[in-house]
Amino acid sequence: MFSLKSITDSIQVWLSANLGATGALIAQCVIVILLAIALFAVLGLVLVLMERKVAARMQVRLGPNRVGPWGSMQTAADTLKLIVKEGLTPDGADKFLFNLAPYIVMIVAMLLLAPIAYANNFQIWDINIGVLYVTAVSSLGVIGILMAGWASNNNYSLLGAMRSGAQIVSYELSAGLAILTIVVLTGSLQISEIVQSQADGWWIFKGHIPAIIAFIIFIIAVTAETNRAPFDLAEAESELTAGFHTEYSGMKFALFFLAEYINIFIVCAIGATLFLGGWMPLHIGNWQAFNHIMDYIPSSVWFFGKVFFLIFLIMWFRWTFPRLRVDQLLNLEWKYLLPISLFNLLLVTMIAILGWHF
Amino acid sequence: MEASAIIFYAIAAFILGAGVLAVTTRKIFRSAIWLLFSLVGIAAMYFWMQVEFIAAVQIIVYVGGIVVLIIFSIFLTQNSGKEMPKTNWRKILFSTLATLFGFGFSYNLINEYSFTPSTQAFNVPIKEIGRQMLSPTDHGYVLPFEVVSMLLLAAMIGCIVIAMKSPEQKAAEASVTETEVHTTGGTVTIISKPEIVEEV
Repeated sequence: MFSLKSITDSIQVWLSANLGATGALIAQCVIVILLAIALFAVLGLVLVLMERKVAARMQVRLGPNRVGPWGSMQTAADTLKLIVKEGLTPDGADKFLFNLAPYIVMIVAMLLLAPIAYANNFQIWDINIGVLYVTAVSSLGVIGILMAGWASNNNYSLLGAMRSGAQIVSYELSAGLAILTIVVLTGSLQISEIVQSQADGWWIFKGHIPAIIAFIIFIIAVTAETNRAPFDLAEAESELTAGFHTEYSGMKFALFFLAEYINIFIVCAIGATLFLGGWMPLHIGNWQAFNHIMDYIPSSVWFFGKVFFLIFLIMWFRWTFPRLRVDQLLNLEWKYLLPISLFNLLLVTMIAILGWHF
Repeated sequence: MEASAIIFYAIAAFILGAGVLAVTTRKIFRSAIWLLFSLVGIAAMYFWMQVEFIAAVQIIVYVGGIVVLIIFSIFLTQNSGKEMPKTNWRKILFSTLATLFGFGFSYNLINEYSFTPSTQAFNVPIKEIGRQMLSPTDHGYVLPFEVVSMLLLAAMIGCIVIAMKSPEQKAAEASVTETEVHTTGGTVTIISKPEIVEEV
């Protein structure tokens, strides 16, 4: 299988030969930071455009079609506009926390990029607690939202932040349990090992019906965790103007907006890694010839294909389902999803112990 | 100085600075945020020591759990946005004395029983932690583990009982909700607000 390992290894060797240990480490940090920021910018532009195009298709419109071919430069133009806009800070706001909040949300999103495997042997940090790290760090994101809501000194913002906090804290549980089902099946938290364990078939196929249930619960829970419709109560336009980012403008608003899309990318990447095999091509058991043909498609294409498929799914939800009320939202989590996922976890544990999976 | 030593001192300074700000700021919400930074700094210290599991648990329990809870309780109390009154000199004096005593005490301890540096790499696989946690043998932790889980279950049931509405309350609330919804359209937010409070 084609691997980027030779390229990364030769860069590593060249750097350590020319710069010494500490210098090489710093140089690698700089390279990784540049790549992460580049990925951020590109993802922001692509995902916003994709959202608008998908929305337009769903509503039988054309979507952005004036700037560049098929409107492809629309988001670049929007970003330019946001950069030159003035970033207002309201008079009654807690200025320090108000300005800090977008950066917290952004930094959390950046930290989550580290353990994701983008292609075969292409990962920033193959940490041994992989998915646990993702669950832990993603729980930090709610702090930024609460901070923004409180520091704005605006009732709409505060209400939006409270709703968002309640929502994220509750849906973290079922997302965590859905992740645990796959951890039980693989017996490892490390992302690279989880991907390797799917070399003879993805978990969604190998794990029978419980894996499919876990996948559905995971998708519902992460849709809620990223504050996307139909769970967008935190910024419900018709009730709270814009929720926690009502008072933000210019680049500070853009950072919130960008972080939302990056978070969608991250949760979809985690979902693709756990259930759809990450960068692993579609392999079926012992079909050697079929598996070999599939290996010709580069692993990064597999990874991004799966991630964008899941992103499309989440965007599809947004334009299909109406928004839930707060009580319905909490009922759904505590009375349905949580018991189902607990029972499902038990079932998967049984399957894993008895070795019933493929 | 080595790079790792520089990073150590940077993290340590961050933890201490955030801790000092947490107790000296006069806005209660900022105080919670500084506490949060201090706890994140401790998690960073664990990452620096390469005990990733402990670091992740530190973030989940303290930052994702406790600080969020603290922030929620600040939101739900009155006057959270106002500045707190200045501490009087007596409180400052005694807290300084307590701090100095604590510092002297731990300094004395460390001086007496100094650390012995180890050259062995500290590498515990996660599987070992899990096995040790549920092992019933001599140095296993299955009994404390089960006792703690019973305690947590009891706490959870207690929370549900406190938050549960009695049948009379439920009937009263249902009638109120109906009338409100019929008269005005935008009351959904107001009605659903208590729900957030009790579920969290």
